[in-house]
Amino acid sequence: MKDMNTTHDARPSDRPLNISRRGFLGTALGALVLTVGLPAGRAKAQAAAAPGTRISAFLEIRPDSTVLFRSPFIEGGQGIFTALAQIVGEELDVDPSQFFVEGAPPGADYLLIGGMRFTGGSMSVHSSYDVMRLLGATARQMLLTAAAARLGVAVADLGTEPGRVVHAASGQSVAYGEIAGAAAELPVPEDVTLRAKDSFRWIGKPVARLDVRDKSTGRAHYAIDLSVEGMLQAAIQHSPRRGEEPGEFANEAEVRAMPGVDSIHRLPGAVAVLADSWWRARQAVEALKVSWTPPAADTPRAMPADFSTEAHLARLKAEAGAGVEAEAAGDVAAGLQGAARVVEATYNAPHLAHAQLEPPSTLARWNDDGTLDLWLPNQAPELFQAAAAQVAGIAPEKVIIHSPILGGFFGRHFLYDTANPFPQAILLSKAAGRPVKVIWSREEEFLRDALRPMAVARFRGGLDADGLPVALDAVAVGEGATGRWYGRQPDKADSSAVEGIAGKLYAIANRRVGQIHVDDPTVIGFWRSVGHSMNDFFYETFFDEMADAGGQDPYELRLRLLADSPRHHTLLEAVGELSGGWRRGPYDAEDGTSRARGVAMASPFGSEVATIAEVSLREGEAVVHDVWVAIDPGSIVNPAIIEAQVNSAVALGLSAALLEEVVYVDGMPQARNYDGYPILPPDRMPRVHVRIVESGAPMGGIGEPGLPGVPPAVANAVSVLAGERVRSLPLSRLKLGGSAG
Amino acid sequence: MQLTINGSLHELAIEPDTPLLWALRDTLGMTGTKYGCGLAQCGACTVLVDGQPTRSCVTPIDSVVGAEITTIEAISEDAEGRKVVEAWVDHQVPQCGYCQSGQVMAATALLKQTPQPTDEDISAAMVNLCRCGTYNAIAAAVRQAAQA
Ligand code: FES
Ligand code: FES
Repeated sequence: MKDMNTTHDARPSDRPLNISRRGFLGTALGALVLTVGLPAGRAKAQAAAAPGTRISAFLEIRPDSTVLFRSPFIEGGQGIFTALAQIVGEELDVDPSQFFVEGAPPGADYLLIGGMRFTGGSMSVHSSYDVMRLLGATARQMLLTAAAARLGVAVADLGTEPGRVVHAASGQSVAYGEIAGAAAELPVPEDVTLRAKDSFRWIGKPVARLDVRDKSTGRAHYAIDLSVEGMLQAAIQHSPRRGEEPGEFANEAEVRAMPGVDSIHRLPGAVAVLADSWWRARQAVEALKVSWTPPAADTPRAMPADFSTEAHLARLKAEAGAGVEAEAAGDVAAGLQGAARVVEATYNAPHLAHAQLEPPSTLARWNDDGTLDLWLPNQAPELFQAAAAQVAGIAPEKVIIHSPILGGFFGRHFLYDTANPFPQAILLSKAAGRPVKVIWSREEEFLRDALRPMAVARFRGGLDADGLPVALDAVAVGEGATGRWYGRQPDKADSSAVEGIAGKLYAIANRRVGQIHVDDPTVIGFWRSVGHSMNDFFYETFFDEMADAGGQDPYELRLRLLADSPRHHTLLEAVGELSGGWRRGPYDAEDGTSRARGVAMASPFGSEVATIAEVSLREGEAVVHDVWVAIDPGSIVNPAIIEAQVNSAVALGLSAALLEEVVYVDGMPQARNYDGYPILPPDRMPRVHVRIVESGAPMGGIGEPGLPGVPPAVANAVSVLAGERVRSLPLSRLKLGGSAG
Repeated sequence: MQLTINGSLHELAIEPDTPLLWALRDTLGMTGTKYGCGLAQCGACTVLVDGQPTRSCVTPIDSVVGAEITTIEAISEDAEGRKVVEAWVDHQVPQCGYCQSGQVMAATALLKQTPQPTDEDISAAMVNLCRCGTYNAIAAAVRQAAQA
C-alpha cells in the first residue's frame, strides 16, 4: 500500500469544523458533534452532493458524559478502536474506558489518508494521530467555554479532570454531558493547545482494550452474525474456475423442493440458493447439479483450465533479464565484475490465502426510498460504496455502508472484484424483493479468496577479497497487488512487488533492484505486510548466503554494514541483547536438541524491526522455540497492543514459513478448507519476546511490521542445522536433513 | 425435537441432521457460537455437551437430544466460565475475537474436567485455531484461571 502513502494528512489548515445542528442528531440531541480533517471547501462540496442525508461526525458526548466515537478505521483485532480512544481521550480529557467506538459510515469527513481512507498499510494510528489529538483538544476547549458561561466565570480560571470541567477556586464543577449541547452551539476555536507529552496519562500506556470483554463472552457482532427483519439467507456455489458461467441445472425441481428453499438464482460466475436458514440454503446449493460453460472469449482474467501453480513457478523462474529498475546505487555491473567472488541464488515463495477465521458475508437490504443498506466486512467504506453503487445502478450516496468489526482481515477485505460477496447480495436482494444475507462457506472462500501473489527473486552478490559484499544485483519476478488494483505503469516498478528487496539499509556500495512483471493468473490481493511478507525472506536469507560465502558471521556482518545507520544498528544490538547475546549455533540445548539461531532485519511500513529465531529440527520438521523481536515504530500509543500485534504477526509469519501454500491444478485450488491448507496450530507457536525501542523517528505502523523478519530468521536458523540453504517456502515442502536433535 | 440449551428447553422444527451450530445461529438466533470451517478443523463452534467440548458444526441435533448443551451465551452463569472470562480479560487475550467464543468454551471444559491442569493438559485441550496468533495469551490465561 506504499504507493498510496503519499500525504500525511494533518495539515495545520485542517481545523475542526462544528457540523452539529440541533435536530440532525435525532436520539443524540444535545450531543457535541465535531468533525475534522477537511478544508471547508471540500466539506461543503460533499454536503452539496448529499444535502442533509447524513451528518458525518466523529464525536458525540452523551448526556451521561460517555463518548460515542466514530472511527475512520475498522477494528479487526489490531486494537485501533482503543488506540483512537486513547489519543482523543488524552486531549479531550475523558478516560478511554468511557468511549464507545464504532466504524464510521462513508463520508468525506473520514478521508484521512491523503484524501482517501482505508484500514491497511499499518497506517491507521500514524496517519491520524495529529488530527485526532486536535479533534479532542478542540472539543475540550469548547466544553471549557460552555462551562464558563454556565458557571459565570472566566475560561482561564477553568480546568478539566476526566469527564468534567472544574473551577478550582470555588470547587464547582460540571460534567461534560451537562454542557455538551451548549458547547455544540459554539464557534470552533482557532487556537487550541495540545497537551504536553510528559503529561500524557493514556497515550503511551498499556491501556486495556475496549472490546476484550465482549469478545470473551460471545457478545461481539461480526457481519456474519447480523440479521434484519424478513431476511433470507443465501449460500453460493461458484464456478470451479473464474470466468465460467452457470448453464443447465440437472435437478432444479428436486432442489427447489428441499426444505426451506425459497428460490434458485443464476449470478455472474455462480449460483445461489435462498432459504430460510443458511444451512438449508447451503445443503440445497451444494445439491444443485450445474453444468458450467467455459468462459466467453472476451472474459477478463478468466482462469485458464490448464493453470497450475507449478507451471507458473517454472515460468517465473525462466524469466531472464534485469527488469525495470526500482532502485540503484553505484555501478552494480562493475561491482560484480571486480568482485573476488560472486554468489548467485534464486528464491521463490508461493501464493497464500488469508484464511481469516470469519468467512466473508454481506447483508443487503433495499429500502422503500430507493436506498440500499449494506452490512459487510470491508477495509475501505468509500471504495465499497462506489463499487456497490455501480452494481446496484444507483447513486453512491444512496448506498449506506455499515462496517462491522472484522473477524480477522490481514488484507482480505479490500475491493477485489470477484473476491467480495457484496455484488451477489445486492443482486439477490433485488431479485427476491427481501433482505438477503450471503455467507460464503469456508470452501467457497478458499475458491475465491484474493491471494498473495507468487514471486521469484534472483540474486547475484559480489564479495571482495575480505569476504565483504560490494555489489548486489536483485531481480523480483511476478506481479504486485498495488499495480493490479490501483494501476500499473509499465515503465515503473510496482513498490508492492519489490518492497523488502528495495529499501534495505545495508551499506553495499553497488546495487540494483529490478522488477520483471509477469501477470499472475489468480486474483491477487494484499496479504499482511504485502511485498515484505516474501521479499524480506528472499533478501535476508540471501544475505546469509553472502555472509557464509565470505566467511562472515551473519549477525556481525549486519552490524558492520549498518555502522552508519544508528537507528538500525541500535535495533540489531537490542534484539541481540534481548535474546541473551547473539549465538548462531548449532549448540545443544538442555532438552538434548541441537539448536541454531537466525537473524533478519526489515523496514516495513515506517517501522524498523530486528528478529532472531531459535530453531531445532525434529523428524525433518522445523521446531521454532523462541522468537525475539525488537521493534522501533518511532513513538508509540499503546505498548500492550504493540506486543499483542507482534505476537500475532510472528504467528502469521511463522505459519507462512512453515506450512502455507495455495496449490492450483487444472485451474482449481486443491485445498478448500483448513484440512488442505493448514495454518499454525497452537502447539507450533513459539515463545515471543518483544522489545519496543522508541527512537523518536516519525511514527510508523504496527499491525504488519512484526511479520517480515520471521520467515528469514527461521530459514536462516534452519540452514545452519540442515546444512543446506532454504530458498523456497513453505518449509513443510522440504525434507530437512542435518543434525536432527 | 427438543434440545436443552443453557438450562432451557427449546422446540425445534428442523431436519434432525441439522448441525447444532446452525440450529443455534439461525433457528435460535444465538450467534455467539461461530462458524469458521464447518469441518471440525478450527474449533470456533465449540460448545459444551454434558460438559464435553464439542464441535457443533459437525454435531447433528438428533445426537444431542436429552443432553445439557452450554453455549458462550451462558458462560457467566458457570463458575469455571466466569474464571475463564476474567482471565481472558486480565490477559487481554482476544484480538479479532472471532475464535474466542470457542477458545473460552474449550478452556471452561478443561477446567471442569481438570481443575489443576499441567502445561501438557493445557496444550492437549487447547487445540482450537486462532488466525490472530493469540496462543501464548490463551495458555497464560488458562493457567491463571486454574489458579483463581
Ligand atoms: S466451525 Fe466447527 S470446527 Fe470450525
Ligand atoms: S482472535 Fe482472531 S482468530 Fe483468534
